Amino acid sequence: MHYFVGDLGHLFVITSFIASLVTVFAYFKATTVTALDQKKYWLQNGKTGFYLHAAAVLGVCITLFVIIANHYFEYHYAYNYSDRKLPSYYLISTFWNGQEGSFLLWMFWHAVLGIIVINTNKFWEAPVMTVFAMVQAFLASMVLGVVLPVLDFKIGSSPFILLRDALQDAPIFAAQPEFIPKDGNGLNPLLQNYWMVIHPPTLFLGFAATLVPFSFCIAGLWLKKYRDWVRPALPWALFGGAILGLGILMGGYWAYETLNFGGYWNWDPVENAVYVPWLILIAAIHTMITYKNSETALKASIILVIAVFVLILYSTFLTRSGVLGDASVHSFTDLGLSGQLLIYLLFFVVVSAGLAIYRWKEIPTSEKEASVYSREFWIFIGAITLCLMGFQVLMPTSIPVWNKIITLFGGTSNLAPPAEQITFYSKFQLWFAVIVGFLSGIGQFFWWKKMDKEELKKELLPPALIALILFALIITLGQVYTFSYIILTLAGVFTLVTNGKILISLRKSSPSLSGGAVAHIGVGMMLVGIMFSAGYSKIVSLNNTGMLISKEFSEDFNRDNLLLFVHEPRTMWGYDIEYLGERLEPRYHSGYIRSSDIFKTDDRDRVIAKFDLNVASRSYKAKDTIEIRGENTFYEIQLRRGNKTYTLYPRAQINPEMGGLLVSPDIYRTVSADLYTHVSSVMKPSEDEEWSDLEENRIRLGQEFFANDYVATLQSVDRVLEVDGVELSQEDVAVKAGIHIQGEKGDYYAEPIFLIKNKFVGRIPDEVQDLGLRLFLMNIHPETNEFSIGINTRQKDWVVIKAMEKPYINVLWIGTLVLMGGFGIAMTRRIREFRKMKEKGLE
Amino acid sequence: MKKSHIIILVVIAAAIGIIVSTAGDASTYVGFDEAIALSTSGNQKEIHVVGELKKDANGHIVGIQEGEDRVSFSFIMIDDKGREQKVIYAEPMPSDFTRSEKVVVIGSYQDDTFRASKILLKCPSKYQEEKINV
Repeated sequence: MHYFVGDLGHLFVITSFIASLVTVFAYFKATTVTALDQKKYWLQNGKTGFYLHAAAVLGVCITLFVIIANHYFEYHYAYNYSDRKLPSYYLISTFWNGQEGSFLLWMFWHAVLGIIVINTNKFWEAPVMTVFAMVQAFLASMVLGVVLPVLDFKIGSSPFILLRDALQDAPIFAAQPEFIPKDGNGLNPLLQNYWMVIHPPTLFLGFAATLVPFSFCIAGLWLKKYRDWVRPALPWALFGGAILGLGILMGGYWAYETLNFGGYWNWDPVENAVYVPWLILIAAIHTMITYKNSETALKASIILVIAVFVLILYSTFLTRSGVLGDASVHSFTDLGLSGQLLIYLLFFVVVSAGLAIYRWKEIPTSEKEASVYSREFWIFIGAITLCLMGFQVLMPTSIPVWNKIITLFGGTSNLAPPAEQITFYSKFQLWFAVIVGFLSGIGQFFWWKKMDKEELKKELLPPALIALILFALIITLGQVYTFSYIILTLAGVFTLVTNGKILISLRKSSPSLSGGAVAHIGVGMMLVGIMFSAGYSKIVSLNNTGMLISKEFSEDFNRDNLLLFVHEPRTMWGYDIEYLGERLEPRYHSGYIRSSDIFKTDDRDRVIAKFDLNVASRSYKAKDTIEIRGENTFYEIQLRRGNKTYTLYPRAQINPEMGGLLVSPDIYRTVSADLYTHVSSVMKPSEDEEWSDLEENRIRLGQEFFANDYVATLQSVDRVLEVDGVELSQEDVAVKAGIHIQGEKGDYYAEPIFLIKNKFVGRIPDEVQDLGLRLFLMNIHPETNEFSIGINTRQKDWVVIKAMEKPYINVLWIGTLVLMGGFGIAMTRRIREFRKMKEKGLE
Repeated sequence: MKKSHIIILVVIAAAIGIIVSTAGDASTYVGFDEAIALSTSGNQKEIHVVGELKKDANGHIVGIQEGEDRVSFSFIMIDDKGREQKVIYAEPMPSDFTRSEKVVVIGSYQDDTFRASKILLKCPSKYQEEKINV
């Protein structure tokens, strides 16, 4: 038992909690005292406190990682989320697999950002860091795991809890308190994906980044510096917008690649819970920029910046408190933290809203009404649209919360979230997206030019014409005939062209200001990409044989799926498609192993090479043990057109605990579309195979013969002294035949054995799985120098696949990258601006 | 009327529209009896049913059948009012399914069976609670 490391971790947790409280106090003092020497003293204390806190957070993370990396399975966290077979990069994702770890990740980013703020911003340090430290205190309390002695109330859930304390009822611990499991539960195979290594840190960095503008806003209200907080907050808001957006997209991309629902966005509550704050953050960025340029929309900026952070807390509450239990497929359930999470949420709602209301009258506003021809007007309309867009998603997602509230007041409500999430949300969000598309085209024009009616006509006409031509081309060539999709395409193309025009004019004069134009071009591309890939996704694996796959399957299944027998080509999507057989995946390097080339062992994760093998760059000798990822089976499927070939490896994942099958797609990417293929039915490994009657041939050494229509050669017959699983005594004889079979795709070897043991004859056949072939060495005829080879055949291996075409999905992915690029340009500009002001000593 | 007033009116109208549509499109949590009533009255909207898996006296789950295609299965569920119902799910069994203490199925009746399009699980142990997307 390694008690020390856990105790140390717990000590770090407590230190981080207390240090954050001390920091709150010190920075609060530093903000409120007026005497300069006092201020300096408290500032120093605050800084020390926060550094101590940050060091403790780092300590917690390192300790937890040491526990995971060294496989200390006496700790619940390591036991529950990892095992010895996990490669090191997935041990990293084990870290944030549990709720406690993800809180730690969030705290870690806050600590990093806090240190950056301390070192870049002298003026705002004290008030901003007060808010920071307060948030950190709440977060640290979530992983505290301390029971209050008198009240018997547990605060937080510690990641350093021992397995025996976590599973107190398990009988093993009553008998053996020192029991340590040999291996852990392992990481959910779905999460063993490279996106799960980088997606959570990105998302949490985005979460953390929203704290910075919020803290500046609160600091501004607190110090009555209503105008000044916007400048330092803006680059951080842009940073948050970029990172949060990137995090959301990574999640979408993971879903697209790993899950089989065929899309990148499912409108699940967990996804919505980050999408809504992101939309509001984008709205906030727009009003902040407006304010920077024209002194309007300050109140809107304050409301929105506060709303973003509150929504982040709300989404944390939704996904972690268990309130979504009956509504989401993948929310965390209650760790007993729901009360604490609610307090966390309500505290910041009350404090920030209270402060804003208290100061409301003093916040400067511009009295003049914005003209319809002003940029402020259009940007404001855009921000409102984004807010309504978020509101539309927030309302249904919160249905479980409404139910709870109604129950709280004695009512009953049986409202459930919409059953058809995707159709429900899409039908609303589509029209919001249309408005956003048009506004981001028009708004940009107003942004760069003083406009009146005449000017607007003159400016807008050329890009509008180009947009119309391009639009006509796209809908004709892409055959877009649905009304809503036509309008969405128009909106996307319009914003693309108008912003393109602005980009061209800015490129010469001031490229550093082009962030907005670039970002909006990205939005336009995303709209068009989403329209095509989601709206015109179509099933291409249509069963064109005229025969049912099975009477047991539904009509839809028989129509939309394709049955492929090994080595029997079919046509699909203009390609010849051929199933080549089952493949396995080496655990520690790339490549695929043919199932026919190995012997299975009792351990699912180890197989033995039948003969010398080359797998990617690695070579194995016969009888070598190969470590594989036994839960995964791949199905090699080849696509051919002309002289081009491409190979797909869709995956099926077998989880022994549940006897179920999880399938993941493989994607063939072309410039114009993705071919998204997953298996929809596979052979049961346990199925009793029906073999044909044995066919016996007399063969000489070196002679060719036919086995299930394949050309085979008897290459060798040798006496062997060892046979796996059989004990041979001195009188016993074992003979092994080496048979080479020429498949359509590569060669196979079979080694059936004939043995005489205790004067009884035994025959050990060898199966070539890919070819549906089983070979026996039946008998030896020394008088004629011939050998009897027995041949069994069975139905060839098969797999049923479903494939979808996702047209122009690359436009979406490129669009997202362009959007990120736009954020990057804008951020660089605002950081420069901030530096300049700092050099002047104004920050 | 000032422009800002028009904007405020439009925003309020849109917000009300959103709330009304949310209520209108929302599904409901019901028992199987009500679900049958809904389906015989021609309402094909998908609904949520909350319940448990059927167990025998020893606490073993009974009535789970694997489908022919290996990627579907059916089971017997008892709703909160005690009514038994066979539920067919066209996808593989979600992990932890047999360990769940509460099951939520989303779907509708087709003939005599309830066809679930989605299954949500609640697992008993505080420490085995990871829900897995299926």
